Amino acid sequence: MKLQEICELLQADVLVDYDSDAEAFTACGSDLISDILRFIKVETVLLTGLTTLQMIKAAQLLDVKAIIFVRGKRPAKEVEEIAKKNDLPVLCTKLPLFEACGCLSRHGLKGCSEYAVQEDEHVAE
Amino acid sequence: MLQNKLSYAFPIEASDFTKAGDAAGKIKKILKLAGLPATVIRRVAIIAYEAEMNIVIHSVGGSLSLDLTSTRVEMASQDNGPGIPDIDLALQEGYSTASDEVRALGFGAGMGLPNIRRNADHFCIQSEVGVGTNLEVWIDIGVS
Repeated sequence: MKLQEICELLQADVLVDYDSDAEAFTACGSDLISDILRFIKVETVLLTGLTTLQMIKAAQLLDVKAIIFVRGKRPAKEVEEIAKKNDLPVLCTKLPLFEACGCLSRHGLKGCSEYAVQEDEHVAE
Repeated sequence: MLQNKLSYAFPIEASDFTKAGDAAGKIKKILKLAGLPATVIRRVAIIAYEAEMNIVIHSVGGSLSLDLTSTRVEMASQDNGPGIPDIDLALQEGYSTASDEVRALGFGAGMGLPNIRRNADHFCIQSEVGVGTNLEVWIDIGVS
């Protein structure tokens, strides 16, 4: 999915711009850095409500395609500058984490799970 | 291919969340410049970051070292205490002793040591309460 489409779906503001042809194949949503390091895949966007410098550093380390801050959160100016300096695209959406992830999932972007749950597995009989 | 071993050392300060992660970033750059496969770089970067954060969050200070040979990436971390009372417990996914302040920064998932072990081809940790913790890992180059 193109970052442009992600941006439009999430009605996101762009704090640090992306290349027009930039694309992600998976998404990962979490506010816990070690969980992100555990589960995130390559060619991915990271959705989080945590706007810390450490989240930017972790995103850089993992070569994420973009970091998307949810719940209307915006990073401090110095954090945004570090992302800009390192060419890490930063988007901001007002959607909460669950809804932002759900929106991207509904439109076909895959998650980072390593197993599949049958759609009817949790439906009460 | 590297003919000689390249060695680097990175001092890590306790509780410095501004510099935290910088050593892991430098290690990643070194491996990229050396032309290592992306899968190896990613695994080493995760190990380096988790090891660095363990020193920053849980210790009174220490260091990371990197040795790059033609066949593998070796990393070690050492800190000056306080040491881990129960290593088996510390290796359980989800177990964390991080403070509320540290958790508010996004740490404390209880995945640090498990993430290191998962990404390493060799993993050895020794700790003595009141003395410190030594961690030794390596990642084989060419094994994804």
